[in-house]
Amino acid sequence: MAEKIIVRVSGVTKDFDLGKIVVNVLKGIDLEIEEGRYLSIMGPSGSGKSTLFNMIGGLDKPTSGKVFIDEVDIAQLDAYELAWLRCRKIGYIFQTFNLIPVMTALENVTLPMTFAGVRNDEAVEQGMELLKQVGLEGRHAHKPTELSGGQQQRVAVARALANSPAIVLADEPTGNLDLKTGEDIIDLLKELSSERKVTVISATHDYKMLNVSDQVVWIRDGKVEKIQERSELEIRTGGLK
Amino acid sequence: MKRLIALPFKKSIEIAFQSIRVRFFRSLVTTTSLVLAVAFLCFMRSCNDFAQALLNSGDVNAYQALIQAGFDVGYGTEVISTSAKQRWIVTLSLLVCIVGIINAQLMSVTERFREIGTMKCLGALDRFIVRIFVLEALMQGVVGSLAGSVIGVVAALISSLFNLGSGVFAVFPWQALAFSMLVSIVIGTGLSLAGVIYPAIIAARMQPVEAMRLEQ
Repeated sequence: MAEKIIVRVSGVTKDFDLGKIVVNVLKGIDLEIEEGRYLSIMGPSGSGKSTLFNMIGGLDKPTSGKVFIDEVDIAQLDAYELAWLRCRKIGYIFQTFNLIPVMTALENVTLPMTFAGVRNDEAVEQGMELLKQVGLEGRHAHKPTELSGGQQQRVAVARALANSPAIVLADEPTGNLDLKTGEDIIDLLKELSSERKVTVISATHDYKMLNVSDQVVWIRDGKVEKIQERSELEIRTGGLK
Repeated sequence: MKRLIALPFKKSIEIAFQSIRVRFFRSLVTTTSLVLAVAFLCFMRSCNDFAQALLNSGDVNAYQALIQAGFDVGYGTEVISTSAKQRWIVTLSLLVCIVGIINAQLMSVTERFREIGTMKCLGALDRFIVRIFVLEALMQGVVGSLAGSVIGVVAALISSLFNLGSGVFAVFPWQALAFSMLVSIVIGTGLSLAGVIYPAIIAARMQPVEAMRLEQ
């Protein structure tokens, strides 16, 4: 049975106008992402993977082409609908963690729930549960500055999952972490995604990501170079490791 | 109704209050310029209130004291009004104050670009951002102008005691002083709000992707 397509990118191009010159960062990307998969977008820096990633997340608009999330063209959405999409459908994880510095770990996790209209006590309960799942039980009252990088990223993972989104977008989630901590975060993401049936899309150039990915999209020079399934990968990663 | 993004008012107040508390020193600096300007405004008004009260008492000694203190009173003067020079100085100080507030709030917005961008990624609407900034300014405005007006009245009392003598206690103009404080607080809070609008709109209009691209 064919899986449901959750993200569809068709003919997306993106130009950045730098005044004198126009840089074509994306040169026509077509991509279909099935629900519940763990997908990595791989590519060297400057290949346009972050740009593609921002398009999928609705953070930026393509110059031409369309991005559909759950078969809805996100270019057609108004500000409210876009906010709703970001709040309920998509969870973001960033390289720089981006926790709100003035809030505690728990408040960071419950903030998206507040936006979604969840009652406070319910949000606190769910937030505690999420923090427990990411292994931060008892750290809920700590501010981001009182947590290590790995712990901050765990809070960010919990926050991304707060409203049970269909998609979690992770932009270089291990970029600012050391090897071991990065691995832990990758395992955590993988575990939670299979448990909750969430589609995880991560932009990365971390080869550790390959081991857990169901599918890898290689981007080079603003184009999709190749798409590999996990089965094809293992032969390759066997060679890499 | 399904597609509703909400930020309860109580929660906005909590967030705004927390932001002030965490950046207490910055808030203090922002508020200080307001405190000083409001104190000055209130001082000017209160001094006149004291003088007016003395004049109303109709006492001959009070009359002499007023003339000695440099008030422009002649026979038949019933109202002591602020001089053009006084008004000019007060206006100028309020102008300087509002420029200072805009400057401080713009810096605060720049400092919080990433935070604002993150909130927008989590689904915050533009108006939540504006609301949080306005609430912060409101709190700073009310507290700052309250402090300023108290300082102003106290300073005016001390100054009047020196210039006009202890007669001011006999005719203590409670009502006029309360009114002057109220006017100062309203003006001060208004200035604080006026100063935050432009920075708040800048913050709210920012695209999340721009905020993320900035290095911290």
